[in-house]
Amino acid sequence: MQSSFDLQYIIELMPILLKYLGVTMEMALWGFLFALILALGLALVRVFKIAFIQHLASLYISFFRGTPLLVQLFLLYYGFPQFMPIFVGMDAFTAAIIGLSLHFSAYMAESIRAAILGIDKSQMEACLSIGMTRLQAMKRVILPQASRVATPSLMNYFIDMIKSTSLAFTLGVAEIMAKAQMEASSSFKFFESFLAVAVIYWVVVIFFTRIQHLLEYRLNKAY
Amino acid sequence: MINVSKLGKKFGDLAVLKEINFEVAKGEIVVIIGPSGTGKSTLLRCLNYLETPTTGIITIGPASIDAVDHKAKDVTALRKQSSFVFQNYSLFANKTALQNVAESLITVWKVPKQQALSTAETILVKVGLAEKLNAYPSQLSGGQQQRVGIARAMAAKGEVILFDEPTSALDPEWVDEVLAVMKQLAFEKQTMIVVTHEMQFAKEVADRVIFMEDGYIVEQGTPQQIFSNPENERTKAFVKRALKQH
Repeated sequence: MQSSFDLQYIIELMPILLKYLGVTMEMALWGFLFALILALGLALVRVFKIAFIQHLASLYISFFRGTPLLVQLFLLYYGFPQFMPIFVGMDAFTAAIIGLSLHFSAYMAESIRAAILGIDKSQMEACLSIGMTRLQAMKRVILPQASRVATPSLMNYFIDMIKSTSLAFTLGVAEIMAKAQMEASSSFKFFESFLAVAVIYWVVVIFFTRIQHLLEYRLNKAY
Repeated sequence: MINVSKLGKKFGDLAVLKEINFEVAKGEIVVIIGPSGTGKSTLLRCLNYLETPTTGIITIGPASIDAVDHKAKDVTALRKQSSFVFQNYSLFANKTALQNVAESLITVWKVPKQQALSTAETILVKVGLAEKLNAYPSQLSGGQQQRVGIARAMAAKGEVILFDEPTSALDPEWVDEVLAVMKQLAFEKQTMIVVTHEMQFAKEVADRVIFMEDGYIVEQGTPQQIFSNPENERTKAFVKRALKQH
C-alpha cells in the first residue's frame, strides 16, 4: 500500500503522545535514582573489597550486564510471580522501574568504580594523614571528585535509560511508545506515528544533554 | 614525646627499614638526610601509618601502636597525633584553600564550621595567603599550594608535622617562600621531622640531623657535628657530596 506522508497527522498526534511522556519520564527518573543508589553501593563494596559481599556484587554485575534488559523485564514481570507470591500484585509500571534500575545499576556501578579508582591515591593519603577515616575521605573528598569524572558516563546511562523505558510497553505500561503503537495500529500510519515518537525521544534527549553540559560546567569549577 | 622502637618495613622480600630506633623531644626540629632510596620517606610515612610497618612500636604523644598487633582505631588515633606535608602537596582538589585547611577541624575534630573556617583563615593569613582563601588548588602556584599544604598540616592539631621533601617538586623560584614558612614554624618550636635535600635548611634550622642509608640510621647529631665533623665514613662522603651541590 502506497500512501503519502501526512504531516497534519503528526501534528495532531503530538499532543496525544505527549500526555504519556510523563509516564516515560517518571520511569526514567525513578529508575535512574534507584539505579544510582544501587550502583554507588555496589561500587563501594567493590572498591573497599568487603569480604564475601564483593563476590555477590561481582555476580550481580555479571548477570545484569550479561543478559538482555528485555529478558530481565520478562523474568521479573512474567516469571517471578509464578514462584514468589510477593511479586503477584506488582503492577507493570513498578516492574519496569525495578527492572530498569537493576539493569542499569550494574553498568553504572562499573562507571562509578572506575571513577573512584581514577582519583589519585594521594588524595586518600592526604585525608588519612590528617586523621580522617576512609569513609569520611570517601564522602568528603573522593566521591565529590569521582562524581565529576563519572558524570558524563552516568548521564549517558540516563539517556540510554530514557530510551529503554520504551521496552516497558512489552509489559503493558501505557507509556509513550505504547501509545504510538496503539495509534499506529488504528490509523495504519505507522511511519508517521513512529516518527512522531522518535522525535519526542530525540528532543527529550537533547534537553538532557544540555542539562549535562550545565552540570559538567558546574562540576569543573574547581579545575 | 615521639618514640620509635625497632621499626622495620619490608616490601615483599626487600627490607627498606631495618631496626630504626630514635626519639624526638617536644619542640625539637629533626632533619633526616641521606641518599635517595634509603628509606627516609618510608620512615616518615610509617610514622603516619600511610605505610604499615612490618615490625616495631611507634609512640607519638598519648598514642602508641605496635606493628604486629593493633586495631584500626589505633591507627586513626596515631594519625591524629601527626600531620603530613607531601612532596606533591596533595591538596584536596575539590576544595578551596580555606576548605582544605578547615577540613580536619570539621571532620576529625568536630569543630563548628564557622569557627573552623575562621581558624583556617588565621592560619592561611599566617603563611601569607590572605589573598587566596577561596582559590582552588588548580589556581595556585606550586609554592602557594605547598604553603596551603603546610597550613593544612598546622590546622590538624597534631603533636608533630612530618615533611616529606616539601620543596623537591617546586620550581626553584618557589622554594624560598616555603622554607620561610617552615623556618617560622621552627622558630615557634613546632615539633617537626623533615626529610629534605635542602642542606642549608638542615644546617640553619635543625636541632638534630639524622643521616640514613640503606634502611639504617647511620649517624645522628647536631648540624655542626654532622656537617663539619662527621664520624662515620659514609656520612662524611654523603655530606661532602651534598654540600658541594648546594
